[in-house]
Amino acid sequence: MNIEVRSMKNAAELALAEVFASAKATLPGNGAVAALREAAFRRFEVEGLPHRRIEQWKYTDLRAMLGEAKPLASAPGATAKTQARDAGALLADMGARRLVFADGAFVPELSDVTALEAGLTIRSMAEALAAGDPLVAAHLGKVVDGDGVVALNTALMGDGAMIHVAAGATVERPIHLVFFAGDDRPASLFTRSLVVIEKGARVMLVESHEGGTEHQINTVLEFVVGDDAHVDHVKLTGGGSGVVHVSSLMASIGAHARFNAFTFNTSAAVVRNQLFLRFDGEGTVAGIRGASLLKGKQHADTTVVVDHVARGCLSREMFKMVLDESSRGVFQGKITVRQKAQKTDARMMTQALLLSDECEADHKPELEIFADDVQCGHGATTGALDDDLKFYLMARGIPRKEAEALLVQAFVGEAIEGIEHAGLRDALMDSVVAWLRARAG
Amino acid sequence: MPMLEIKNLHVTVDGKQILNGLDLTVNKGEVHAIMGPNGSGKSTLSYVMAGKAGYEPTEGEVLLDGENILGIDPDERAAKGLFLAFQYPLEIPGVATMTFLRTALNSQRKKRGQAELSTPDFLKLVRKAAGKLEIDMEMLRRGVNVGFSGGEKKRNEILQMALLQPRLCVLDETDSGLDIDALKIVSDGVNRLRSPDRAMVVITHYQRLLDHIVPDVVHVLSKGRIVKSGGKELAHELEASGYAQFQEDAA
Repeated sequence: MNIEVRSMKNAAELALAEVFASAKATLPGNGAVAALREAAFRRFEVEGLPHRRIEQWKYTDLRAMLGEAKPLASAPGATAKTQARDAGALLADMGARRLVFADGAFVPELSDVTALEAGLTIRSMAEALAAGDPLVAAHLGKVVDGDGVVALNTALMGDGAMIHVAAGATVERPIHLVFFAGDDRPASLFTRSLVVIEKGARVMLVESHEGGTEHQINTVLEFVVGDDAHVDHVKLTGGGSGVVHVSSLMASIGAHARFNAFTFNTSAAVVRNQLFLRFDGEGTVAGIRGASLLKGKQHADTTVVVDHVARGCLSREMFKMVLDESSRGVFQGKITVRQKAQKTDARMMTQALLLSDECEADHKPELEIFADDVQCGHGATTGALDDDLKFYLMARGIPRKEAEALLVQAFVGEAIEGIEHAGLRDALMDSVVAWLRARAG
Repeated sequence: MPMLEIKNLHVTVDGKQILNGLDLTVNKGEVHAIMGPNGSGKSTLSYVMAGKAGYEPTEGEVLLDGENILGIDPDERAAKGLFLAFQYPLEIPGVATMTFLRTALNSQRKKRGQAELSTPDFLKLVRKAAGKLEIDMEMLRRGVNVGFSGGEKKRNEILQMALLQPRLCVLDETDSGLDIDALKIVSDGVNRLRSPDRAMVVITHYQRLLDHIVPDVVHVLSKGRIVKSGGKELAHELEASGYAQFQEDAA
């Protein structure tokens, strides 16, 4: 008797196959792009939606969580555009250049693409795909090998940002990708962005994701970071209480570069942030940090895969989770050090603070080291607030809730401190304070 | 009415009886020293007064201005004017000392129905108080007690006391870990706070602190009760003869 290896396709997988079949003729790009989509969809069909028996998705059973697939989002209506105008307000004081995407589509009239700094090129991804932009041909889908959900994004990608920063250019204003999903009807969004930063260039890119009801969001950002470049990336993930948000950041990083990434999650029902980073050149320094503040039945999974290919790179990971009510926080971190990556210095720390008896934290650090002269370490902690510290604060007249809030701020602050932009640091701390205030009721 | 009146206080910690019917009366304007050997219940007394969880009063009362404060949250006790200078001040990484001081001060003011202090007024207050204790303002921008030496931590306790202006100060082994110079700075800080409207309970193992903070009354604590009270000369007597006699008396 033959054993059926592939499990039956579930409703979501069947629906996605239909979506692809009916949409592929109208999705942007033909020729090479169409072939890329086709190949990606074949890969997705083989792998299916990830589920708990796939090690990297052990704690986030996406297949079960999605249940059914929502239809592809149609062009944004007037309401979504109006709401998108106010999205990303947390970062309003940063003076960032806003690129607004409503229901996954670029909205030029809400975006600031005038007076671009020298060396900066911005194009909508839909336009770049349709025009067969050479950067798309050179890099899209080729930066770092992802997984099935990235392949699904490649097959169905609609719009996003394509940004190029020329060698030696410094982009003074942070670039803010404002993603907003309207609340008309639940839809699937597949946004895709590509950011190519040439040698010695400098840029800060912020993404914020908000809105949506029962939306299913699959967003991918690819970074090509040249030698000596300096890149800061911050991603803020919010969204309606039924939103399932899957995000993949893929980066290949050149030599002597600086790369900082920060992920910050405060809402949406399910968030999976996966980061695939590869150090291709020596002497690069990377800070990979993040924080999740969760309550209710929220679920946030941060999965970081760091691949040290070149020698002498330094990576620091620090992730903090604050879990209240029956939320669940997951951190999976894998560090691979290839045989040639001698003198690698890689450290990873993940910490969870449990504010209730019902929440759950899962940490899974993995080290895979093939070089013999490296420094690698990881640590994971889970615990409640320290009663002695709380007593010390209360003994000075600080009420219990405020004492707890101060300690939570301190806990999360340790990760946020790693962000270089002071205004952004303050904005995130304000957001933490607001979250705590809402908790205190 | 006495400012502090402790009547027949019994306290257990982890099911173990530590205080056994302790009585103590302190009037405003007075400084009382409580001396006793290790394990006599000195720290337990300070913690139960401040309201630390796990220090279970099973009998008796602690009256502050005639009101029993047992069962009230520690922050409420602080707002009523009680201050405990910790024997081992805690380190709180990530909470800047200035934020801590300001939150504490304004929380207490709010509870007492006073307006919050403006930033300039607050800074002026801190600068003045810190200067007297030879505390560098730069230090106060760091996390609470993080990277502070033992002496700096104790000075920080006295700074908090000076800012919060409590009416009843309980100092738990404030001299421990201090060299002679630091002891002088800390004692001077405490002495500046002596006033006819304020009372102090100074808990110490050694007499040397009492050379600097001269008490009105000295009590000997042994096995969870006050076994002898007297004037400041009692401290010298203890220094000469040790605690052994009282431990036997109490047994």
